[in-house]
Amino acid sequence: MKIAIASGKGGTGKSTVAANLAWTLAHSRDVVLVDCDVEEPNLHLFFPSEATDVPVTAPVPEIDYARCNFCGECGKFCRFGALAVVKDTVLTFPYLCHSCGGCALVCPRGAIREVPRAIGRVSCSRPLPRLVLITGILNEGEVLAPKVIKAAKMLAEGHPLIMYDASPGIACPVIETLEGSDYCLLVTESTPFGLHDLRLAAGVAEELGIPAGVVINRSDGQDENTVEFCREHNLPILMTIPFSREIATVTSRGGLIVRDLPGWEERFAELSGEILGVSP
Amino acid sequence: MIVCITARAPGTDAPVEQRFARAPYFVFVDTETGKSESIENPLIDAAGGVGPRAVQLLSDRGATVAITGHVGGNAARALAAGGFKVFAYQGSGSVADALAAYTAGNLQPIPLV
Ligand code: SF4
Ligand code: SF4
Repeated sequence: MKIAIASGKGGTGKSTVAANLAWTLAHSRDVVLVDCDVEEPNLHLFFPSEATDVPVTAPVPEIDYARCNFCGECGKFCRFGALAVVKDTVLTFPYLCHSCGGCALVCPRGAIREVPRAIGRVSCSRPLPRLVLITGILNEGEVLAPKVIKAAKMLAEGHPLIMYDASPGIACPVIETLEGSDYCLLVTESTPFGLHDLRLAAGVAEELGIPAGVVINRSDGQDENTVEFCREHNLPILMTIPFSREIATVTSRGGLIVRDLPGWEERFAELSGEILGVSP
Repeated sequence: MIVCITARAPGTDAPVEQRFARAPYFVFVDTETGKSESIENPLIDAAGGVGPRAVQLLSDRGATVAITGHVGGNAARALAAGGFKVFAYQGSGSVADALAAYTAGNLQPIPLV
């Protein structure tokens, strides 16, 4: 089973929920937790442990100047500005390249060859006997987040229970993460903004046909609007985590509330039961 | 010599646009004949990498001098590779005003590296 954890925006405590849930699940079964928030992965902060890195590369064009006649076709074709033919140079901007391969196809002189270039890495560790953490890391300034996410997901493939921690928002990387998931856990906050973003994230899950449930985090006890929204959209509210200084303190120092605060392991065990119960 | 000035509208009376690659129009002026040609910028709504693409557009039209407000890093690299001379016009005048200031030697070059 593949469980994606998403939220319409950052700072809802999505990773906190993912980390606590993974820790709980890893008590009774093998779990692979994949940090798909490749621009700002943070799950390793909850699970410090020695990791092995695998590079992620993307093909980028290399010009064979013995063949190129500076016709300019490649530069005109590239929608991303990763190639520009000015005077007698073909300038390449590899970090703008989306690796579509188009320039090599349109070059009438066969002067473009694709060469691999590192855009990030996937880092793999085993912080608990039954938990494997796979972290996708996109290098600074790179654009191909989905490529690194795909590589991270690929490495997890084949395991019976996989959790994907998506990046905040609803852009391409999130779609890439949710693709192929069996269940989507939406983490939200009980603020008007939280609801707005939940609406967006729930829309994505619905669009992709993935069953979803909601965790309300940092609840101030006034969740009527969120509850109302969830009822209208048939989204079960699986857990409500109150706003508390105690929880915030544990979380901010990279602690897990399931391990460090009494009562939470049971509640996360219940949550995992509900999620696994919808297994296809 | 062909000079390209970034503009908000076509024609030499149009106000100069400060952005380089996102300028609505590029006005090309041939300083020998005094003839001008205005091109609507196809990149105005493009997603990314507009700098290098704009430079290729200028290069294709034979321009060697560009007058604009400021240029981004990618555009600067492409302009430098293309051997362009780039000048800053920060006033609120027209394309013709910018060109006059350039001809009079009153514009500061924009460093490209
Ligand atoms: S399309 Fe090929 S031949 Fe033409 S400029 Fe590009 S690399 Fe050179
Ligand atoms: S592979 Fe695609 S994105 Fe990359 S330079 Fe070529 S055309 Fe542009």
